[in-house]
Amino acid sequence: MAVERSDARPDPDALLERARLEAQANARGRLKVFFGASAGVGKTYAMLQAARKMQAEGVETVAGYIEPHGRPETEALLAGLETLRPRQIEHRGIVLREFDLDAALHRHPRLLLVDEFAHSNPPGTRHPKRWQDIAELLDAGIDVYTTLNVQHLESLNDVVAQITGVRVRETVPDSVFERADEVELIDLPPDDLIGRLHEGKVYVPQRARRALEAFFRKGNLIALRQLALRATADRVDAAMREYRARHAIGGTWAAGERVLVCVGPDALSERLVRRARRLAFALHGEWLAAYVETPRLQRLPRAARDGVLRTLKLAESLGAQTFNLSGEHVADELLALARQRNVSKIIVGKPARARLRDRLRPGLVEALIRGSGDIDVLVVTSEPGRTPVELPRLPRRSSRWPAYLLGLAAVALATALCAALFRVLGPANLVMIYLLAVVWVAARHGRGPSVLAAFCSVALFDFLFIEPYFSFAVSDTQYLLTFAVMLGVGLLISNLTAQARRRAAVARHRERRMHELNALSRELARERTRERLVAALRRHVLAMLGGSAAVLFPDAAGHVQDPERFCTRGRTPPPGQMLFPVPGNDIGIAQWAYDHQRSAGLGTDTLANTDTVYVPLRALQRCMGVLALRPGDPRQLQVPEQMHLLDMMVSQAAIAIERSDLSAAAQRASVEVESERLRNTLLSAISHDFRTPLATIIGAASTLLSATPGGIDEGHRQSLLQSLLAEAQRLHRLTGNLLDLSRFDANGLQLERQWLAIDDVIGAVLAQLQGLLEHRAVHVTVAPDLPLFPGDETLLGQLLVNLIENAAKHTPPGTPIDIDADAADGALRVAVRDRGPGLPAGDSARLFEKFQRGRPEDAQSGFGLGLSIARAIVLAHGGTISASAREGGGAEFVFTLPLQAPVAGADG
Amino acid sequence: MADPKASVVLIEDDPQIRRFLVAALELHGYAPHEAATANEGLRLVTSRQPDLVILDLGLPDLSGLEVIRRLREWYTRPILVLSARTREQDKVAALDLGADDYLTKPFGIDELLARLRVALRHLAGRQSGDADGRIEIDGLVIDAGARRVLKRGADVHLTPREYRLLLALASQRGKVLTHRHLLREVWGPSHVESPHYLRIYMRALRAKIEDDPARPRWLLTEIGVGYRFADAG
Repeated sequence: MAVERSDARPDPDALLERARLEAQANARGRLKVFFGASAGVGKTYAMLQAARKMQAEGVETVAGYIEPHGRPETEALLAGLETLRPRQIEHRGIVLREFDLDAALHRHPRLLLVDEFAHSNPPGTRHPKRWQDIAELLDAGIDVYTTLNVQHLESLNDVVAQITGVRVRETVPDSVFERADEVELIDLPPDDLIGRLHEGKVYVPQRARRALEAFFRKGNLIALRQLALRATADRVDAAMREYRARHAIGGTWAAGERVLVCVGPDALSERLVRRARRLAFALHGEWLAAYVETPRLQRLPRAARDGVLRTLKLAESLGAQTFNLSGEHVADELLALARQRNVSKIIVGKPARARLRDRLRPGLVEALIRGSGDIDVLVVTSEPGRTPVELPRLPRRSSRWPAYLLGLAAVALATALCAALFRVLGPANLVMIYLLAVVWVAARHGRGPSVLAAFCSVALFDFLFIEPYFSFAVSDTQYLLTFAVMLGVGLLISNLTAQARRRAAVARHRERRMHELNALSRELARERTRERLVAALRRHVLAMLGGSAAVLFPDAAGHVQDPERFCTRGRTPPPGQMLFPVPGNDIGIAQWAYDHQRSAGLGTDTLANTDTVYVPLRALQRCMGVLALRPGDPRQLQVPEQMHLLDMMVSQAAIAIERSDLSAAAQRASVEVESERLRNTLLSAISHDFRTPLATIIGAASTLLSATPGGIDEGHRQSLLQSLLAEAQRLHRLTGNLLDLSRFDANGLQLERQWLAIDDVIGAVLAQLQGLLEHRAVHVTVAPDLPLFPGDETLLGQLLVNLIENAAKHTPPGTPIDIDADAADGALRVAVRDRGPGLPAGDSARLFEKFQRGRPEDAQSGFGLGLSIARAIVLAHGGTISASAREGGGAEFVFTLPLQAPVAGADG
Repeated sequence: MADPKASVVLIEDDPQIRRFLVAALELHGYAPHEAATANEGLRLVTSRQPDLVILDLGLPDLSGLEVIRRLREWYTRPILVLSARTREQDKVAALDLGADDYLTKPFGIDELLARLRVALRHLAGRQSGDADGRIEIDGLVIDAGARRVLKRGADVHLTPREYRLLLALASQRGKVLTHRHLLREVWGPSHVESPHYLRIYMRALRAKIEDDPARPRWLLTEIGVGYRFADAG
């Protein structure tokens, strides 16, 4: 281990990752692999035995697909199990019996047996590989037993081929094998196996018998057994490490090794990738695969480039992170990546044969070693007999000759200039003019023309301006240096220019991608509605890949909706959705992508037989929908970087959409909570405050009704009628306040501003409250010449009524109320003061809150709405209101109103 | 009071309110006729030719404002409007359309009877031609012929505009006059949207006539609607 971490604290990222995996694993079915060194060790038999045991324990077990073995023991074990009917698929005239995935998903047993993990499905099935079928079964929560031979493991494929001389095409990615919850090694010593083979106990298809006999040699079997044992041991080791990591057992928290493998266009690359996978696994490290596209490599034929992409895909399936870099120097780019990613080992292939060119110039390996510093560089040899792909030479640009002519013209111009200045300048300065011409040609037209220009310049300079004139002979040898410098400068400049150009092109490309991503994220951050987010995503994806795109959203039941159906049913498509002709069957693919949260369709492993790719919009909590994209150039999707960029864009958009959905939902919820709380408070307040007057009214009215004529004296009758009227008026005030409040809440406050005189309003209110204020002294002091002010007369009247009523309600009868109005600082100030018991202790601002009463047990009812209405009115006018203790006892409520009309539109 | 009994048509959709109003009106010497809908009410007014109409603004079939508009095409006697508390604009609109007064629900029967008396007195005054031009109320004398105003015998100096405002209000004692009405009457039709004139002149007028301008006795403000000259009777 390269670096030991000092503390034994578990890496939080690792913990999160584990939590995620565990959560997934709980919902997923469990996978058990019966693993063997070769055919015939008894994997199927062991699997069936285990299955029977589970069945005996009461686990619902179904045989999904078992290879026909024709052996009585196996058949006997199978006889007691429910077996799914295989699907019959006709392929090139042969009827194939295949595992029926849909039937299995439909049957949905607790445990399903599916033989031959590495089997390849014929065309026409959902997934090209059976391990993908099984992954889907696991996702559906079904436990699966399956069987696998060591030779089918992707990373060991090469080794097995080397040992046995037989290369199998059916492989399972190591990552899939590693994710198996349990692996049981079915081990049989080679001698026993050979014995069983001879006894005919090993199932072998007739047509493959001959090939297999060569395969079942003892040497092969020993090697295969060793491989199988090692693979199992590695897994056990991994399980052990995981266990230790999970339980924070110290000493194993080393930063993992990271292996970087350099992929090229040659056949060696695939081997390199497998090798790197094994090494990384042995080192318990991560690994990365990178391809550096140099300008030269960009000119590779399409087939060779596709080969590179295949290799990267292989690496990805083996668990590598893949990078598609572009740059001038492979070594520099690789080292930069390595340092950025903390890589500890770089694996490169050894060039097949050293060419002269390689001897003269340091090759990739040398450059890597030179720049590697503390990074190990491993050089892997190619297999003998394999030749690397011949790299194409840079083709000459077809239309170069004008550049050469221009180069010559520049030299001619320089010569003319020199001729003109010949008398004035010395030869050393004339050279400068030629040099200028050469530099110009180099900078503008590249190497070839500059070399030509340099030679011509030297020749002409020598011929015309160096003694002896009109001869190529040179009298002074120091001019030889001049010639050399001129040539060198030309070459240097042209090389530098070419490099700068290429770098700029590469940078432009990279910048464009980053720009796309940044532009999208900026736009996503700005938008709030789902429609606009989708529109932004579509626009950016189309800008990158062309073609047509749509986002399909699921309905409430999780069924992805086909936007085209909106059209066929005569409905308009949802805004932001372009109509997108999703082929009839494709909606199923979209649904699959949505359900499994994996891309499907074009360019993927799943249901690739369509021209459209379906990318799920995976957000943090759930899948938001599916992007359907029919790219303008399908090959674009083969470039891992493009695919990564697309994934990043889609997931950014998904998160943005989720965020917008969540924030809308949160807003709705908080509004609901608030209004629910208000409703509850209101209802309890109403039931209390209405009941008291109602009790009096009902009691008084029924007393009056039940009394016989003359049975009640006039004094009592009068007093009962008085209280009837008083309580009814109290109810009237209560409902009035409630009505106001609901009106204010429903539409905010719509002010009808007029120019008002406050003395006018005060006078009117006092007249209105005559009855209430009958036995009180009310002093009104209005400053003379108060200016008019803009306000809503009705509401301000209401405000004063509420404040005066409040004062009257909370003070003993007979105590005075003083009302003062004056103006200061551009505001009108009105105070209502009483000589009552004063304000309750605590925050006086709370008095103005809804349903807040000074004293909870106050017999004087009123919900405490009066003051909150007062505050609402004052605030709507742009004023302030406050309550405080009055000097000398009592309370004072003061509000201010601006004397100037606010700017139009500033109304609440 | 009135002899023969003054007839009143009551257009009100709520049966409980109708019941208590009919009872109260009969008790106080009026001859009420009731209608529960606007159309029924309009027919009843046509057939009975009442001295006064009490109209609820919230009716099921037609808006109360529409009823006033139709009535005012031919019916010249007082219309008293009943309205809910939150409909200030309706009150003003009703008054501007030609209603004579309004009452906000809920109201006491005393208040209703006072308004009825005022309305019927105006009717009588209009019919008998109140032409002597002299208004005398509790120590305040407005002599229209001499264009003089006396308060407790002393001359009150009013500007011509103040005088016209006072006269406009006092000549319709007890009746609420909307801002628009007063502005049109005193300043002319081009000033109906300038209520601040009214505020300023009202303040000045109060300062000259009222003992305590902050708690006026004569010149009363009807919040959100207009002004009313107090009816001493």
